[in-house]
Formats: sequence, C-alpha cells, structure tokens
Amino acid sequence: MSFWIEALICLFLIVGSLFALVGAIGLYRLPDFFTRLHGPTKATTLGVGGMIIASMIFFGSQGEGLSLHELLITLFLFITAPVSAHMLAKAAMQQRVKYIEKTQGKPWDQ
Amino acid sequence: MLAYVIPLCMAIVGVAMVLNLLRLIQGPDMVDRVLALDTLYINALALIVLLGIWLASDLFFEAALLIAVMGFVGTVAVAKYLLHGDIID
Repeated sequence: MSFWIEALICLFLIVGSLFALVGAIGLYRLPDFFTRLHGPTKATTLGVGGMIIASMIFFGSQGEGLSLHELLITLFLFITAPVSAHMLAKAAMQQRVKYIEKTQGKPWDQ
Repeated sequence: MLAYVIPLCMAIVGVAMVLNLLRLIQGPDMVDRVLALDTLYINALALIVLLGIWLASDLFFEAALLIAVMGFVGTVAVAKYLLHGDIID
C-alpha cells in the first residue's frame, strides 16, 4: 500500500472518530432532550460514514477491485437515523418531557 | 502509520461510548435512555468497522450490517411502545 493511500485512510478514520466523539459530547452535555437529539443523529452518522469511506478505500487497495458493499451500511444509516429520531421526538412530545426555557415551539399546546 | 492510527481511533470511540453510557445511566427520562442506546449501537458499529480494518478481514462487514438493522428495529419498537403503549397496532 502506498504512503498516500494510507494517509488518506488515516485522515478519514480520524475525522470519523472525532465526529463520533463530538456527537457523544453533545449527547452528554446539552441541557434538554430536544437539543440532545441533535448530537447523535447528525454527528454520529457522519462519523460512521467517514469510517465506512476509509474501509472502502482500504479494501479497495487490497487488490480485489473496488468494494462497494460497505456503502450499504452508510445508506442504511442515512435512511434510518432521521426516522428513529423523528419517532423518538414524537414519543417525547407525547410524554411531555421537560424542556428548558429557550427551546422554542410548544406543539402540544395548539 | 495505520498501526498507530487505528488504536487511537478505537480510544476516541471508546471515550464516546463511555459518555453515551453515562447518559444512559443518568438520563432523566425514558426517551433519553433510548436515544443513548441508539447512539451506543452506532458507535459499536464504528468500533466493529475499525476492527475489520485492523484485522484486514472482510467478515466484520456482515456483523456491522446486522447490528445496524437490529438496532434500528429495536429503537423503532421502543419508540412505538412509548408512543402508543403497544408495538403492533
């Protein structure tokens, strides 16, 4: 494996794991549930996406041609992450989870 | 270079999983815990992909895909249970 391909794989891996870390920090630190929903659903899917791209480049450089079947995981996560976040937000709205003052919009009062 | 970067990335993802676990333990509501579990399985999937690159083995891809499918089904089932009190209606 040449140096530049390895450097590219390392770059994608580090960017992906840093995105996963940012998502987890957001999940841990943000003040209420509706803001906490942002961290994992945006950052973590991007993190896994970066790692999958690194994995595609790695297995593509092993000499067996381009390997595209890792894209299935990325596609599946990019479809399912908004769906599960939407259902969790609906459940939280129905359960009237506590929220801080600055969170705008009170859909259950309409 | 890859031999140094992959353990570093595993450590970063491990720290992220510890933060998710703290939120899973102390989450004030049920939905917080479900969201923490959801994030935890996505991070476990990232860890499995890293292990697949580390061992240069193609086998771990199927495990990652299975974890993605099962985690999504579990999250949707718990969210529907919280929403209606019933999973299949």
